[in-house]
Amino acid sequence: MSLVLSIAVSHLRFRRRQTLVSVLGAALGVGFFIGIAAMMQGFQRDFVARVIDVQPHIVIRDEFRHPPPQPVEMVFPGGAVQLVGVKPKDEVRGIRNARAVIDSLRRLPGLHVAPVLSGQVLLRFGAKDVATSVTGIEPEQERLVTNLEKDMVEGSLDALRTSPNAIILGQGVAEKAGVRLNDTVSAVSPEGVALKMTVVGIFASGITLVDNFDSYALLKKVQILQNRPNVVNRIRIKLDDIADASTMARRIEARFGYRAESWEEASRNVLGIFIIQNAIMYSTVGAILIVASFGIFNIISTVVFEKTRDIAILKSMGFTEADIRRIFVLEGLAIGMIGTLVGWLIGYGLVELMASIDIKMEGFVKAQGFILYRTPKHYLISGGVAVVTATFAAWLPARRAARLRPVEILRGGG
Amino acid sequence: MTVTAIAAAIAAEGMARVLPGPVPVTLLHGIDFAAARGEFVAITGASGSGKSSLLYVLGLLDTPTSGRVLIDGEDASRLPPEEQARLRLMKLGFVFQFHFLLPEFTALMNVMIPMKKKGGRGEGDMRARAAELLGAMGLSAHLSKRPDQLSGGERQRVAIARALANDPAIILADEPTGNLDSASAQRVFAILSALAHDEGRTVIVVTHDPVLADLTDRQVHLVDGGIVG
Repeated sequence: MSLVLSIAVSHLRFRRRQTLVSVLGAALGVGFFIGIAAMMQGFQRDFVARVIDVQPHIVIRDEFRHPPPQPVEMVFPGGAVQLVGVKPKDEVRGIRNARAVIDSLRRLPGLHVAPVLSGQVLLRFGAKDVATSVTGIEPEQERLVTNLEKDMVEGSLDALRTSPNAIILGQGVAEKAGVRLNDTVSAVSPEGVALKMTVVGIFASGITLVDNFDSYALLKKVQILQNRPNVVNRIRIKLDDIADASTMARRIEARFGYRAESWEEASRNVLGIFIIQNAIMYSTVGAILIVASFGIFNIISTVVFEKTRDIAILKSMGFTEADIRRIFVLEGLAIGMIGTLVGWLIGYGLVELMASIDIKMEGFVKAQGFILYRTPKHYLISGGVAVVTATFAAWLPARRAARLRPVEILRGGG
Repeated sequence: MTVTAIAAAIAAEGMARVLPGPVPVTLLHGIDFAAARGEFVAITGASGSGKSSLLYVLGLLDTPTSGRVLIDGEDASRLPPEEQARLRLMKLGFVFQFHFLLPEFTALMNVMIPMKKKGGRGEGDMRARAAELLGAMGLSAHLSKRPDQLSGGERQRVAIARALANDPAIILADEPTGNLDSASAQRVFAILSALAHDEGRTVIVVTHDPVLADLTDRQVHLVDGGIVG
């Protein structure tokens, strides 16, 4: 062991209890970071995975992001034109010429397309009314685009074809209406069309919002129900490579004019919450580590104060300022490193403890217990931050120690 | 004087030390001093006469306001701090009124610290030399004791052994017997005297005790920061 290190260690052993407290402070910061990060990132990653699983990667809607340009604006593109009282044409809503759009999309590689029409419907079963959004699908194409088939808990997707006026309900919808498989419900649309429909399936995606509000029927039936024959108001797309979603959505929008949303855009508010969550997590853990670094600053300052005579004598022996500074910085570094190791153990224990807890919860998603994301990255980040803050906290008193002038301390003999 | 200063092991030339401040305090002024190799010199004077201040400036622990300090004929008082630290490590050994041993380490380790700082020796070699030095101080039985397990006289002898660790040419002692009973004080002085006369080191000791001062080769008497007589 080097001389400087053995002096540093002797100081820490001399102040055993205070050293322990400082180590514990750093360890708790590290441990909590690992625990909280595993929990938060576990939840976030699970949510994203489920969203990607359930949603199509891109949805083309029968809307425009910007109002269509007026002829006068096209003639004078840079001109100071103000149009007052523009009335939009009263059009049938839906994607115009959907068949041609779908055909040209199908010609692109790595892409699956399914047309749908969705609209609000009121389900009536006995005395209960439940509002649901019914999506009209073509089962053969839908199964290429979403995982509806995988999420079926009762019945099957093909039953939409085999039985007349069939409907598949989300689990939450079915529970709210008190409906079971093979029950007949009456569906009423805002257009006033009413149909008796048979429940041929129930699905559960795990995403509460979807399960509580969505239902599926054949595209043809929904067109009848909504009184919009041959209309398609959304086109759902699945990509072979999900990373392309944003660029592909932009390209589609540029080409057809209709609003094309990637899954990231569709879940933007939730992804935004994640950013806030992460900010809260990092600031909480950061605060713990800052408090811990005050503890380290405190102990090193105390040691410097108590050891002024030792510092003076070491200097008289020929220790340089750099040697003295190194002693005290090493003390901080040692606290930081031991704290990191202990914190890793605490963090590991915390994660395993959470993994063993069984709770049922229903927030954004349904889950049993915590979903935990275990990665060495959390250990490295927390350890790195702890060691750096500990070293910095020690550096300030260490600098003061290095600058002490031995005469002022040794004088006293007269 | 200049010739002797250059030939001397340690010397001060026209040296003054003034503490700056609203009212500057003159600690030392007009000091011309030289000590030869193998010489045992006492710096005497009343309390506050500047004897310790002189020792600290000679030992490069303090910087003179004017004049210079020569060690082996070389002006050392204006060297950068790292160079001064190196000179202290290689050529100077200090003994203070209080022993100033590191309380966490054994007597043996305390003596080994300057050797380790200097480096260039094996661990076993350092251990053997430290044990030999402590043996010469009559402390063979106390090698692995910590300072709080030793008596005042024993601690001071450990401190002397530590000052000798790197075989310095010059020993500077500031009231080394200030806290000792007269028997221990006599013994410490005998050791210091032997270091000068038998081993050819320059030993400069600050003391206010005229009986002990009489045991040295030469006395330099300070009054109000200046040398008299």
